[in-house]
Amino acid sequence: MEFLYSIFVTPFVEMWTAPEFLAEVVLGGLMSGIMYSLVALGFVLIFKASGVFNFAQGVMVLFAALNFVGLIDAGLPIVVALIATILIMVALAFAIERVVLRNLVNQEHIILFMATIGIAYFLEGLGEMIWGGDVRPLNIGLPDDVWFVGDILIQQSEVFAAAVAGSLVIALSLFFQYTRTGRALRAVADDHQAALSVGIPLNHIWIVVWAVAGLVALVAGIMWGSKFWVQFSLSTIALKALPVLILGGFTSIPGAIIGGLIIGAGEKVAEVFWGAAYGGAIEEWFAYVLALIFLFFRPQGLFGEKIIERV
Amino acid sequence: MFYREAGDFKTSYAADQSILSIKLDRYFVIGLIAFGVIVVPMIGNDYWLGSLLIPVLVLSIAALGLNILTGYAGQLSLGTGAFMATGAYMAYKVATNLAFLGAPVAIIIGGLSAAFAGVLFGLPSLRIKGFYLAVTTLAAQFFLLWLFTHVDWFVNYSISGVPSIPPMEFFGVLISGAEATTEARYLFVLGFAIILGLAARNLARCKMGRGWMAIRDMDIAAEIIGIDPLKAKLSAFAISSFYCGVAGALWAFCFINTVEPGAYDINRSFQILFMVIIGGLGSILGSFLGAAFIVLLPIFLNNAPQWIGLNLTSDVISHMEIMIFGALIVFFLIVEPHGLARLWQIAKEKLRRWPFPY
Repeated sequence: MEFLYSIFVTPFVEMWTAPEFLAEVVLGGLMSGIMYSLVALGFVLIFKASGVFNFAQGVMVLFAALNFVGLIDAGLPIVVALIATILIMVALAFAIERVVLRNLVNQEHIILFMATIGIAYFLEGLGEMIWGGDVRPLNIGLPDDVWFVGDILIQQSEVFAAAVAGSLVIALSLFFQYTRTGRALRAVADDHQAALSVGIPLNHIWIVVWAVAGLVALVAGIMWGSKFWVQFSLSTIALKALPVLILGGFTSIPGAIIGGLIIGAGEKVAEVFWGAAYGGAIEEWFAYVLALIFLFFRPQGLFGEKIIERV
Repeated sequence: MFYREAGDFKTSYAADQSILSIKLDRYFVIGLIAFGVIVVPMIGNDYWLGSLLIPVLVLSIAALGLNILTGYAGQLSLGTGAFMATGAYMAYKVATNLAFLGAPVAIIIGGLSAAFAGVLFGLPSLRIKGFYLAVTTLAAQFFLLWLFTHVDWFVNYSISGVPSIPPMEFFGVLISGAEATTEARYLFVLGFAIILGLAARNLARCKMGRGWMAIRDMDIAAEIIGIDPLKAKLSAFAISSFYCGVAGALWAFCFINTVEPGAYDINRSFQILFMVIIGGLGSILGSFLGAAFIVLLPIFLNNAPQWIGLNLTSDVISHMEIMIFGALIVFFLIVEPHGLARLWQIAKEKLRRWPFPY
């Protein structure tokens, strides 16, 4: 009885009596949700254009952040380091396309998925070998003050992260919608063979997609790194991005953002208000169980394309 | 020339339907088992048996389990580690509270509990598939491990949360706990591996196994020819999780001597998935080859620099190890996406017609 009480009554009473606290928890959750969204965004880009489920996205975030922070620590100005890191990520996209993807055309999805896990291992080892395994602070002058709106405390860095994520999504949408390359990308996403037959070079498209995913990874890495420093636990956020994808749908860019927000806010609220009843740390699995329950009702996700099967 | 089916006549239905219907295959497998049971414990030292062969065999059992689910029934799972943990924790529970049942029964009960968990988390497979299913199995991975670390009942309210396995006997020989000899533990694990390997081979070619393969190849078509997807998918989840649970229990009882959550985390799940893919999807032999490859490769990479006279710091070696491991996986997938089992098949073809080109 007491147990049921702690699930169904107490949390809601707490929420009702302290709405400012609830708002703060939700806001904090939304902000970490944005981080998940940024990682999920990279997943969606690659999945849309090539059908590859890129497990290495999380490690790419880490790799980009490591390079960036490493170059800054080596004494380069921030702008130069940024440009150099972008070049590295583009080069990485070239290398992955040339060495891995081109050789695995027409293989089953699971094989490609395994290949990206292999890439993830490789990048993790490479990053660690070049830059060492220390936790590094990343300070590029993001605002770190707080604002008060009424009684609610808001971190400026989080607002900044939200703004960056928002402008990234808008920029990507414009790029997809209005540029030549963007149109080609959408064509490839729709149908590989049809795109090939009207003369769209598949290999170039893959390079572009992986490079864009690399840039998104860099942005995510900078945001995450300036908040929690650059460390190897970064690569595990890739796993948190999976339920985000399920919720938003594997093929939808807005879905990745909204899914991330829901997961981020949901798991914080669950942890703060319900976690105590179970002994804490329910954050670890809440997102996955939420995604699992969600899948029963809407297998294609919130914004995903309806799954149609033909025999 | 060396490998031939020709002239191998069968005169009864039983002979025609035996597990290994080709004489040479049969001799080879029997010889291999005899070698493993009799010769290896005599010539192997503690390091070889305890640190190489036992983990290879235990993980082969887990790989067999995942291969049943992913290779035969086509359902991708990333929750292998959690099912192994279920087996280990429940077997520990039985071994400490119902000690009179003995180690094998405890391990089998662990396997059955894992099967139950597998069915529970396999339910979403009736509605979804592919990577979506993989995410739901991740839910199993994180939820079950959280359960075992946060509910004290599973570890008998031990304060550290990492209890040791009690010493248990099997026909009067210690097979678990710190005092058990490596040979005894090796033979115990080997027994399980042989029985479960042969069982898997049989399962794959019975009605249920054919149902799994039909579901894997095209689920809608399978449904139309009368295979119940509910039964096929859930039985695959149950049996696969049973194998994983037994492997998890053996890992705790015969290898690490404790029940600790760290041994069954997400990396274990990926490791087993690697074994299945590198070994060959949908192949019993592949599970063993893959397990051996994945367990031995890091050990080899760790020692290789010394053998060729390179003097590297342990830091660099461990980073190199991860890099080379990743690169080799990509390399293998490019060169032979069907895994080591396929290489073995090609070798057999070659042996059949050697020394002629065709």
